Amino acid sequence: MIPVLQGSNADSKEIRMPVAFPSEDWVKALMESINNSPSYAEAGQGWEYDVFFIVEPDGAVQSQIIYYMDLWHGHCRDAFEVNNQPERYKPVFRFSARAGIWQKVISGKLDPMQAMLTGQVKVKGPMTIIMRNVRAAKELVTCGTRVPTDFYV
Amino acid sequence: MWFFDSPLIVHGEDALSYLERLEGRRAMLVTDPTLVRLGHAQRVRAVLEKAGFAVGQYDAIEPEPGIDDVRRGAAALQEFGPDWIVALGGGSVIDAAKAMWILYERPETDPESINPVEPLGLRAKAHFAAIPTTSGTGSEATWAVVLSDRAAHRKLGLGSREDLPDLAILDPGLAAAQPPRLTADTGLDALTHAIEGFTCTWHNDFSDGLCLKAAQLVFEYLPRAYRDGSDIEARTRMQNAAAIAGMGFGNAMAALAHALGHALGAVFAIPHGRAVSLALPYTIEYALRGEPDSTRYSEMARFLRLPCATEVEAGHALAQSVRTLETELDSPRSLRECGISQAAFIENLDLLIENAYNDAQTVTSTRIPDRKDVRRLLEALFEGETIDF
Repeated sequence: MIPVLQGSNADSKEIRMPVAFPSEDWVKALMESINNSPSYAEAGQGWEYDVFFIVEPDGAVQSQIIYYMDLWHGHCRDAFEVNNQPERYKPVFRFSARAGIWQKVISGKLDPMQAMLTGQVKVKGPMTIIMRNVRAAKELVTCGTRVPTDFYV
Repeated sequence: MWFFDSPLIVHGEDALSYLERLEGRRAMLVTDPTLVRLGHAQRVRAVLEKAGFAVGQYDAIEPEPGIDDVRRGAAALQEFGPDWIVALGGGSVIDAAKAMWILYERPETDPESINPVEPLGLRAKAHFAAIPTTSGTGSEATWAVVLSDRAAHRKLGLGSREDLPDLAILDPGLAAAQPPRLTADTGLDALTHAIEGFTCTWHNDFSDGLCLKAAQLVFEYLPRAYRDGSDIEARTRMQNAAAIAGMGFGNAMAALAHALGHALGAVFAIPHGRAVSLALPYTIEYALRGEPDSTRYSEMARFLRLPCATEVEAGHALAQSVRTLETELDSPRSLRECGISQAAFIENLDLLIENAYNDAQTVTSTRIPDRKDVRRLLEALFEGETIDF
């Protein structure tokens, strides 16, 4: 189920129904949150790369889950769970972490850049691009914090 | 999870003699032409030679070094093959030498891609000692590397935790030659590190005390060092303040004043310390109007014995203290006072906004401006107007 956004100011829109994380519904809700965020639209202008968000097994998460997001100049063009044959995709960036680490990032308890600096979130991809787009990364995570989430971690 | 990093710090009178204890065969002294002329390079060479090193010298580092400068320096390192790199100078020299060190150990590295995430494997070839001759950047105690992208008129904030110096030598005798203007600019840089390290969103228990002490030292000793460069106590305490502030913000982060300062410095060639400290009181005022309870100026103001009954009062008192210190040091308090014309400001405003907005240190501010607010901040900085938005 994709939750419904409400409110007049897009950045303050809230999502009514909690969504389970990790799940494809959650990444779809994140996509909607991104596409309703003027702040991400502004910060992500220079980002034109697709990414894998990889959730590594941790606690209740028994096996690896991969989400694909196509982030393009301040918008998310597509987002879905890669159920099989992840090798078919060649995203520019791969961000991976244990489910519990993602939970901390998504709930705003762990700064995404600090998570990368400490190796809690592992990154594969050209770091130069990330260093030039920390603002976009920050706003992306802020969009994630706006998705009311039930964590199954 | 977070880290606390620090080099071995040898400080105080005659600290330079510690170099005699280094073990190795070949040391490359990296410095600049001014320090050669002042005889400081020769002093360091003499100590290294006494310790048995074959000493090479690369003294072509210019202020605000760029990628090409670093590549040329790295080639000199490759040719000489040192097992110690000894950087003698201000932030420009030390930052350039760090980048040269990385390229010496990892020649395939694109300097612009130096980052704190990917491992470098430094120290396979050489160790690194930093000997600051200014008291401000704190580069001797951080892993930050700031290089200039002159073509794009922007500063590159680079660095890896691995490029933290192994050794920092704070010998006050080496700082005594700084002219007053350099003393003021670099000292205000240390103050900005201290205040932003304490108030940024990455502050932590390990960095807080360092930032508080550094701020206190700068307020007390920078005016003395500025007025009388031969005041050795003031020089000593300012050297300590710079390194302590470096450890403070280096183990936390800087914030919006640095983001604005980087943008201004790259476009208008304003010295780094002058640029960031110029922005500092404006960014304090801006942060005060952010989310309630998001700032922590009262804690710092209390330590500095400034009015601090409320957070707002403390923030304004701190901003005013910075401005008062700038006045005492004959430092500009607006871009206009820096000699920037209105035409030049307007011509470069879009570039300034873009670079400040995207600076990595914008996002560690307690209040993160959008492009519209960055524009308003810069306009206020130009005119010297108090922030009221």
